[in-house]
Amino acid sequence: MTPSSSQQTWLILFASWLIAMISTLGSLFFSEVMLFPPCVMCWYQRICMYPLVLIFLIALFSNDKNVFKYAMPLVFIGLFFALYHNLLSWGILPESAAPCTQGVSCTSEYINWFGFISIQFLSLSAFALLFILLLCLKRKDTK
Amino acid sequence: MKKQWIIISTFIALVGLYFAGSYVYQNADHSLKDEKTVALIRPHAFVLGNPNAKTTIVEFFDPACETCRNFYPFVKNIMKQHPDKIKLVLRYAPFHKDSSVVVAMLEAARLQGKYLETLGVIYKYQDKWASHHTPNIGLIWAFLPEAGVDIEKIKEDMKKPEIEALIAQDIADVKTLGVKATPEFFVNGKPLLKFGYKELQALIESEL
Repeated sequence: MTPSSSQQTWLILFASWLIAMISTLGSLFFSEVMLFPPCVMCWYQRICMYPLVLIFLIALFSNDKNVFKYAMPLVFIGLFFALYHNLLSWGILPESAAPCTQGVSCTSEYINWFGFISIQFLSLSAFALLFILLLCLKRKDTK
Repeated sequence: MKKQWIIISTFIALVGLYFAGSYVYQNADHSLKDEKTVALIRPHAFVLGNPNAKTTIVEFFDPACETCRNFYPFVKNIMKQHPDKIKLVLRYAPFHKDSSVVVAMLEAARLQGKYLETLGVIYKYQDKWASHHTPNIGLIWAFLPEAGVDIEKIKEDMKKPEIEALIAQDIADVKTLGVKATPEFFVNGKPLLKFGYKELQALIESEL
């Protein structure tokens, strides 16, 4: 039995909301509980991620496929900053090019799980997954 | 509807996980592990107070850092309240540009037995030579005579390879211990989790 179209929509929206929720609580855990000071780049990505919790939640309750229009700009901008931030921490871009010379350095490494998972990598994964999920939603809609 | 319950219970589970996680984290033992305690105290580090005291405060500081200057009298005052019970180990975390030059000056003054005097003068005039986070090392020389040091000798001694090695060791230890900001305090190997005067005092008192 294949799930109906509206059920698929619901699942995609639920997965998106779950990712936004985990990212939001996770980033709050890093800064409020573990007390890692967030750098400027982190704040730009937070600005894009936090509203998505509410946007996806509302879309979830009304099973709203149109959420693509409202969520995609935030996801896209967040993805851009996350990509930029990761390029900085991988050393592909020089840090002097980053707007964070004052305060907390954007290439400080607070966590390192399995040798490659940093906080900025978690952020990039979350935005990339949301990007893919939203594209799935859009494709399903136009089919 | 069933779906709404899935959403609500997921929400409650995640928020619950957050608070349970913070409870566990705050009550966990954050003392440094064996391999890191070596990096905490090195024999070359300057020690203040009773060297045999039970309570050891390790402070990583940067002579150009304003907060370090503000904490210095605070920590000394706590030590005065508990005479002979605390020792303070001073380590360097020269994060500002050219801070390691100031550290070299300090270490050169130590060879003349004027370490604390020099540190006092460097902190006292910090707003003059390091205003707005841009240290101007050249200005320090004018203030140093107040510490009663032989300036020509300092200029000579600063170049010593021992001092260079000491600074390199401290910078390596800063990395090992994950010190990200100054001042960073460790009391008997326990890091100060939440930064602040009250928090530091509480941590020290719990280790007395």
